[in-house]
Amino acid sequence: MRSFTLIDLVSLFAALRWTVALVVLALAFGAPLALGLALGRISRFSGLRWGMAALIQTIQSVPLLGLLFFFYFGMPVFLGIQVPAIIAVTVAYTLYTAAFLGEIWRGGLDAVKQAQWEAGACLGLSAWQQFRHIIAPQALRLSLPPTVGFLVQLIKGTSLASILGFVELARAGQVVSAATFQPLLTYALVAALYFALCLPLTLWSRSLEARLDGSR
Amino acid sequence: MALVEIRDVHKTFGKVEVLKGVSLDVREGEIVTIIGRSGSGKSTLLRCINALESVDSGEIRVEGRHVHAKMPDLKQFRQRVGIVFQAFNLFPHLKVERNITLAPLLTGRIGKSGARALAEDVLTRVGLADKIDAWPEQLSGGQQQRVAIARCLAMAPHLMLFDEVTSALDPELVGEVLKVMEAMAKQGMTMILVTHEMGFARNVANRIVFMHQGRVWEQGPPAKLFANPETPELASFIASAK
Repeated sequence: MRSFTLIDLVSLFAALRWTVALVVLALAFGAPLALGLALGRISRFSGLRWGMAALIQTIQSVPLLGLLFFFYFGMPVFLGIQVPAIIAVTVAYTLYTAAFLGEIWRGGLDAVKQAQWEAGACLGLSAWQQFRHIIAPQALRLSLPPTVGFLVQLIKGTSLASILGFVELARAGQVVSAATFQPLLTYALVAALYFALCLPLTLWSRSLEARLDGSR
Repeated sequence: MALVEIRDVHKTFGKVEVLKGVSLDVREGEIVTIIGRSGSGKSTLLRCINALESVDSGEIRVEGRHVHAKMPDLKQFRQRVGIVFQAFNLFPHLKVERNITLAPLLTGRIGKSGARALAEDVLTRVGLADKIDAWPEQLSGGQQQRVAIARCLAMAPHLMLFDEVTSALDPELVGEVLKVMEAMAKQGMTMILVTHEMGFARNVANRIVFMHQGRVWEQGPPAKLFANPETPELASFIASAK
């Protein structure tokens, strides 16, 4: 046993980098995919709508832990390939992000009245111009609070990656706490770090909401 | 040649046949008002003219072109046909100026430098030059509808369609919108209106078209039609609309 020192604090901060890295990876790949899913969900082709809905439903129904296990332990069994942990984790978090963000954004797009598309079409705008300049800005504003809510979930959800050996913030907390026998102090610090990560997001979303809603 | 030629148009929503063979010509510069009871097919007909709705059979030509044939230039066509809706449908996230200049800029009708001047010009024509920097929700219903009209005018359309544009307005705001439309009529704009404003139909329109059960039931100049309706359906409609 040893006492809690600066080294322990540093190791918590070091682990924080993994937490951030996992979130960034999940968003980098998951957000574009989510946009695709959302657009598929409002497509005029019923087959595409149905397919996207089924995909989203499936991913949302599987626990995040299940996704992680599937891509790390399942791939060698089903496909006979050993996937590096970082790939498995990235794929799992990407799909998780895509499914939830996709459905959130779909809701935002649906909440903009059909007549807004029509008004754009009647002025001679292309479907893409209607989406880009009329629908998307309004949908973004409507989707912002649940989007940030999901980001906060995602940040905390990265702790599950510790199961596959990633020493991110929660796992580092475990290690430090075991070494120092100072669980209260350690976990309070861990909690504070998660809080520090999530708070700016919430504040940023609030200011963005105000800015996007200049009319009020 | 008529600007708008409608030939035997049929349109069904589910099991309801809304248009049962409508034919109608509108000449350039003409003001045609379509009246009739709810469900008579007037709004549907209007929406068919700029291809917001498809037709099941028959054809509609505007400036000689088939509206419902596969049109690679549907966008260009729509730039020349303005439509104003009952619910205004302004873009709530954009200021009045941007509401007006968005489409002209994106379609390349004007450049960035001319945008402000264009917005000022069309807003002046609807009497709202001072609202150029307002948000839509800061305006009254009548003002919003006038901005919607200005937004169409910015595309310099050859034909304007009005779909019950005063029906959502408080009674005291109807007049300001009708005045703008009257001014447009005087400037020679070809206009097709669906309206419940019988006074406007009587005083401004060149021709009244009475639709009933998905057909053009009766049509003619307003003075004649209102004084001597030929069909009992029109007579009873005029009586009930008073």
